Amino acid sequence: MTLSAKDKAVVKAFWAKISSKADAIGSEALGRMLTVYPQTKTYFGHWSDTSVGSEPVVKHGKTVIRALGDAVGKIDDLVGGLAELSTLHAFKLRVDPGNFKILSHNILVAMAVNFPADFTAEVHVSVDKFLAEVAAALAVKYR
Amino acid sequence: MVQWTEFERNTIQDIFAKMDYEVVGPKALARCLVVYPWTQRYFAKFGNLYNAAAIMGNPLVAKHGVTVMNGLDKAVKNMDDIKGIYAELSVLHSEKLHVDPDNFRLLADCLSVVLAAQMGTAFTADVQAAFQKFLAVAVSSLCRQYH
Repeated sequence: MTLSAKDKAVVKAFWAKISSKADAIGSEALGRMLTVYPQTKTYFGHWSDTSVGSEPVVKHGKTVIRALGDAVGKIDDLVGGLAELSTLHAFKLRVDPGNFKILSHNILVAMAVNFPADFTAEVHVSVDKFLAEVAAALAVKYR
Repeated sequence: MVQWTEFERNTIQDIFAKMDYEVVGPKALARCLVVYPWTQRYFAKFGNLYNAAAIMGNPLVAKHGVTVMNGLDKAVKNMDDIKGIYAELSVLHSEKLHVDPDNFRLLADCLSVVLAAQMGTAFTADVQAAFQKFLAVAVSSLCRQYH
């Protein structure tokens, strides 16, 4: 499953469309993940508050979505472009890669909530593929 | 037995009471066939599934989407024994339809996305949690008779 030229175009266009709300989507996705999949909270024991809209969740959601926006710009070489982030996730954060899928799902939900008309099935499949490629690139250095 | 909080029960009843099965079912199934094209393997007899537009407009897909929602409705009306209510459906999906259970999860994810688009901000994280828990129980019950 690789990104076709069409997938890349769709992802770029949709990301441009959501750019004004990207930070909010990132924060919302993270908040949803922590609420709907409580086991993911195990990575955030150092946060006083993991609820939707809390300060650490809002801040970290922004970090994640901005990194994803960055990845859109590197869509032609995600493995190369995300090498440093892969090192970070593999050796420092040690996030079980199964969680990438969980966060991806919640990003898709946040997109659907905020852009119901634009998040068509065709956009959904391309974005889902993109997020899967990002997850794979992040997992490269794990072992 | 599955323990449901009052919030979860009320949320599920509320969501399904307000849901138009004729709209959500077709949308969710069509989305599943587009986003996860390998799921089309079960619908070879449905005619034109060649592209997203064809799938979204296919009347057999739409009809089956409604069938799926009616199946979920049974679980909504029997939340304390979804396992029992789904025993026959489970045998059907395993022995007759030969559906890989992973597909149930894929359809469940699409249903969540469609509902999120429909409900907007009313689809809060807590509502999403309740809805996905319900779907997980339905999926698990559907898998139970597989051997």
